[in-house]
Amino acid sequence: MYQAIVFLPLVGAILAGLIALAGARARFPSGLPESHDLGAGHHPAHATPHGDGGHHDGDHAAEPAAAGSRAAELITTSCLFVAMILSWIGFVSVGFGQDVYLTVLNWFTVGDLKVDWALRVDTLTAVMLVVVTSISAFVHLYSIGYMAEEPYRPRFFCYLSLFTFAMLVLVTSDNLVQLFFGWEGVGLMSYLLIGYWYRKPEANAAAIKAFIVNRVGDFGFALGIFAVFMMTGAVDFGTIFAQAPALVGKTIHFLAWDVDALTLICILLFIGAMGKSAQFFLHTWLPDAMEGPTPVSALIHAATMVTAGVFMVARLSPLFELAPTAQTVVVFFGATTAFFAATVGLVQNDIKRIVAYSTCSQLGYMFVAMGVGAYSIGIFHLFTHAFFKALLFLGSGSVIMAMHHQQDIQKMGGLKNKIPFTYAMMVIGTLALTGFPLTAGYFSKDAIIEAAFASKNPMAAYAFIMTVAAAALTSFYSWRLIFVTFHGRPHDRHHYDRAHESPPVILLPLAFLAAGAILAGYPFRELFVGHGVEAFFRESFKFAASNRILEELHHVPYAVAMLPTFMMALGFLVSWYFYIRNPALPVELARQHDGLYKFLLNKWYIDELYEIVFVRPTLWLGRLLWKQGDGRFIDGLGPDGVSARVLDVTRRAMRLQTGYLYHYAFAMLIGVAALITWFLVRTGVG
Amino acid sequence: MRGALHMIVYALFFYLFAGVCIASAIMVVASRNPVYSVLFLILAFVNASGLFMLMGAEFLAMILVVVYVGAVAVLFLFVVMMLDVDFAELRQGALQYLPIGTLVGIVLLAELLLVVGAWAIAPHVADVIAAPIPPFYSVSNTEALGQVLYTRYVYFFQVAGVILLVAMIGAIVLTLRHKPNIKRQDVSQQVARTKADAIEVVKVKSGQGLS
Amino acid sequence: MSETFAVRELVPVLPEIVLVLGAMTLLMVGAFRGERAVASINWMAILLLIAAGAIIVLLPAERMESFGGSFVLESYARFLKLLALIGSATAMLMSLDYLEREQQNRFEYPILILLSTAGMLMLISAGDLIALYLGLELMSLSLYVVAAINRDSVRSTEAGLKYFVLGALSSGMLLYGASLIYGFTGSVNFAAIAKASANGGIGLVFGLVFLFAGFCFKVSAVPFHMWTPDVYEGAPTPITAFFAAAPKVAGIAMFMRVAIDAFPNIVPQWQQIVIFVAIASMLLGAFAAIGQRNIKRLMAYSSIGHMGFALVGLAAGTMQGVQGVLVYMAIYVAMTLGTFACILSMRRDGKMVEEISDLAGLARTNPAMAFFLAMLLFSLAGIPPLAGFFAKFYVFLAAIQAGLFTLAVIGVLASVVGAYYYLMIIKIMYFDEAARPFEPMPYQLKAVLAVSGLFNVLFFVYPRPLVEAASAAAKSLF
Repeated sequence: MYQAIVFLPLVGAILAGLIALAGARARFPSGLPESHDLGAGHHPAHATPHGDGGHHDGDHAAEPAAAGSRAAELITTSCLFVAMILSWIGFVSVGFGQDVYLTVLNWFTVGDLKVDWALRVDTLTAVMLVVVTSISAFVHLYSIGYMAEEPYRPRFFCYLSLFTFAMLVLVTSDNLVQLFFGWEGVGLMSYLLIGYWYRKPEANAAAIKAFIVNRVGDFGFALGIFAVFMMTGAVDFGTIFAQAPALVGKTIHFLAWDVDALTLICILLFIGAMGKSAQFFLHTWLPDAMEGPTPVSALIHAATMVTAGVFMVARLSPLFELAPTAQTVVVFFGATTAFFAATVGLVQNDIKRIVAYSTCSQLGYMFVAMGVGAYSIGIFHLFTHAFFKALLFLGSGSVIMAMHHQQDIQKMGGLKNKIPFTYAMMVIGTLALTGFPLTAGYFSKDAIIEAAFASKNPMAAYAFIMTVAAAALTSFYSWRLIFVTFHGRPHDRHHYDRAHESPPVILLPLAFLAAGAILAGYPFRELFVGHGVEAFFRESFKFAASNRILEELHHVPYAVAMLPTFMMALGFLVSWYFYIRNPALPVELARQHDGLYKFLLNKWYIDELYEIVFVRPTLWLGRLLWKQGDGRFIDGLGPDGVSARVLDVTRRAMRLQTGYLYHYAFAMLIGVAALITWFLVRTGVG
Repeated sequence: MRGALHMIVYALFFYLFAGVCIASAIMVVASRNPVYSVLFLILAFVNASGLFMLMGAEFLAMILVVVYVGAVAVLFLFVVMMLDVDFAELRQGALQYLPIGTLVGIVLLAELLLVVGAWAIAPHVADVIAAPIPPFYSVSNTEALGQVLYTRYVYFFQVAGVILLVAMIGAIVLTLRHKPNIKRQDVSQQVARTKADAIEVVKVKSGQGLS
Repeated sequence: MSETFAVRELVPVLPEIVLVLGAMTLLMVGAFRGERAVASINWMAILLLIAAGAIIVLLPAERMESFGGSFVLESYARFLKLLALIGSATAMLMSLDYLEREQQNRFEYPILILLSTAGMLMLISAGDLIALYLGLELMSLSLYVVAAINRDSVRSTEAGLKYFVLGALSSGMLLYGASLIYGFTGSVNFAAIAKASANGGIGLVFGLVFLFAGFCFKVSAVPFHMWTPDVYEGAPTPITAFFAAAPKVAGIAMFMRVAIDAFPNIVPQWQQIVIFVAIASMLLGAFAAIGQRNIKRLMAYSSIGHMGFALVGLAAGTMQGVQGVLVYMAIYVAMTLGTFACILSMRRDGKMVEEISDLAGLARTNPAMAFFLAMLLFSLAGIPPLAGFFAKFYVFLAAIQAGLFTLAVIGVLASVVGAYYYLMIIKIMYFDEAARPFEPMPYQLKAVLAVSGLFNVLFFVYPRPLVEAASAAAKSLF
């Protein structure tokens, strides 16, 4: 059954891929045409807002859908739904029964390094399976509607299913190498899907950026794996965890330093997690990734892939528990990201970017939970967040479709009457995100804040303050999104008039996810946060003896427990005042605090900083190596230089051939003299 | 005493012939007038044949005089005189290579001197000398040559003959031209001519002429 | 003075006798029947060459000596004689069509080829310095004449004259060397020289250098190669083809025989000279060829380079090296003749064209010829799995086993540089704008091209016969 869960998406992807290839062959029998004008303007979710979106409807006829699109959609989607159902069954049977370990086959054995393809399905994995397959199934379904106008749907669905497969490999892996395989697989599919509209320069740039930024993280991750192998001689979790306690206090000698082994390993691995989960410093790719189609954003860049880092830390909790320093680092970065992303989210105008920063921020929350040792809470938030964030993204997608690929919320307004269902769904999502009591987000997020308060981690106080502040900010920008988009006056009459509610195939997943956003909280509260954790997760997490966080967070002061809710209300009220009551105020405020506004609008200038610190020096170095190093030095001394010298020699050799008889005779005499001299010199006579 | 005198005379003649030979060889190259060059060449040949005489190879000496002096050199002389080659003009180009030419010459000379300095005839030479010149009293030089030329050295002799054949063919191939429009004297045709096909008697009626 | 010779001594010389007597007979036929008999004389000459080859095959296989050791016939001589005969016969075959079209059908031409070939055979079998010199002169004198045989062409005449004058100079050097050697060892016989040269001596080596200089001239090794490009370019093309194949075989044969037979005791000394010459030839052949526009000149430099590669095997001075050289020469002859078959087909509007650019786009106008030529050029460049690769492989292997690493490395580098101009021709044939097509190939050329092309392509399938024959031949020399 678990094999089926993992491999059904792969089967779907292969079939869709074959259909895509066959379609491409049918379309371009003799290879790609020289200039196939498929302008960026054709695509939905065009990043740069343009005033005239209406021409899309007329243009779609130009590019007929690939043959077999419908078949590809149905195959992949139904595979995913089967996988989803199996996952839920597995969730129940594993969560309330036994862990499952399956070895599929030996992958490779090199010396001491033995790596298997194996499935490790414990409760943590079961939760992830449910999240991944559910969200993926709904996103597949949603995509059928959302991508209906796309000509290359088989390719899209192939990627989508392949991504799901990679993600499932990631969460079911029982060793670091297989985890890394899934890790890179999702990275690759993320790259391909962000760049799905490969004729759009922004999409290509964003795809490359995502890939490269992730390389930084993956470098750390890979080093972490090496370090683990170096210290334990194994890469499978069972052996690593068994040996972990013995590693305490050991050091790794690197250059002149002796570094604490576990701390180093955990920080390296966390760097990998930072890249994948878009934590502060390595977050820059996530907002740009919104260039991809909206379902991709929902699936990959909100619900699943970006949480891989969180999952990894949770999976490796036996290591992190033994490395308090690393935990502090995790808390610090999580809290910082939560706050930072929330502040940036305040002033963004692109509907998807707002949600993207929100994602970034929420991932920060999860890492705070991981850092303070409340793994189950972090996973709980991951679980609930997947539903409401997917809902928000898909809702945004619905809005974008309604607005004919307009993404700037400043150009929207008053949409609640036009697309009431989407409005309702977005409100539900927002409620869950902001932590409105009894929604899913309420339980998980409040638990994180309480855990931050209860924790004894050196960074806990910082984390508490940051997360509380972020809660208020989250509430503010989330409601700002709702108010600006759905309330008030329409800012763009043309689009407004033509706005329409999305078809049922889009609304249905929204409804399901909305149900999830509301219901994913309370029923699971006991299992993730309460006293059922021990029984439910069993071996999935290991808590250090001193780690009583799950116990302590139930004893936080009432004021602290109420604080997030209060913050949520505060954010809502301020937002309401700013955007409903007194819409002129935010503009005035932005004008007064121009510096701060610009600072936030430009995302703390992180991209610009990177541009100066990394990109330009790298380009300069690259150009130096290319022009001077490669072009002048290597080519100059190598191919070019050699060929030039060869020609010189040739010219000289040809000049010897004068055609004069006495020159030739002379050459012969000189030759004899030279031979004799050479001989005398060589043999040392005379 | 007679033997010693004999040796002195022998040596005197050797140095005379050898010296004149080398001197005239130098003059062949150095002479401004090509006719002089050929004449010096003849002088060199004659002296060389003198050296042969000293070694007791009188047949070779005579052959050298007859063939080289009598035929080849005289042929050269005719050719040089007929062609009227201006050696001075030819030398003009060669002069600019004099320095490097001299250098190469000096190097070669030095190395040759080195060889002379290290002169050491292999110890077995006496054993391997194939056919020593037979003594005068047993057989004449010509006869001795004749004895080996068609036996031991028949192969060389024949091949040399083939080489001469090739030279002959080559000379003909490269120079003989059949020009169809040239009137040639054909003796056999002239001799074979009869009165019958040479003369035709035609009766011509007066006033009509030949038609 | 009891030396006589028995008739049985003539047995090993039979092929030469057949060729010489046949040539004389044909000369008579030609002299009396004139131009009418040219075609039949041509074919008779080819038949004579084949007959000589057949006699060589039929003669008993053991080592035979005649005329007091002046003439030697063993497997080594047989191998090379057959090779030379194949080269001559094929060159003769290839020239038939050309001579007819260019109206240079002269009966002296086949006779000179026959006599020259006879000279080569004598050269290959020479057992002493006199036989060697006589064979050499017989071969060379005929070559001088045929180079200039198109006496109405200035370039042909110039080629013949240059070849003759420089050839005379080289003969002078050779004779000077031979006389020095005779002076130091007291004999002209190779075996006797070997015996007498046991303790070397600088004078002997001095003579050796002059002797080798003469050899180098014949195989056109640097720095005695200067005549090669001019003569190759100036001589009529089928004669260039002849020059490139058979005389090279004979030259290499005498080079090896003298080096191995007469001077086995001073290998390190002459090794130095051969290494020097080999390196210079390989490098010059590779570098100078790049600048050529005329394909015959290019082939001249190509053959200079190839002689350098062949000498690498000799430089090793081992049996393996000799075997490598023999294999090399066999493959070289095949490659060269095939290539010249293509060059001889470069005819447009009744005239020969010789520029490399004339081959442009041959792949479109005559794909079969382009393919075979490309294969031959790849083979000349030494690209596996074609025959040319194995040729180089064997000599380099021998050099490495003899410890001559520098030589092998330089050789490989030179062949890399050399590959450039072969590949350039292929590029021109396959990727350049097509020039006007050539006139159709005569059937003789087609046959030669097909045979040599297939030999080159398929050699690697079954190389054993050639390699084993070469091995036996090499063994017989030591």
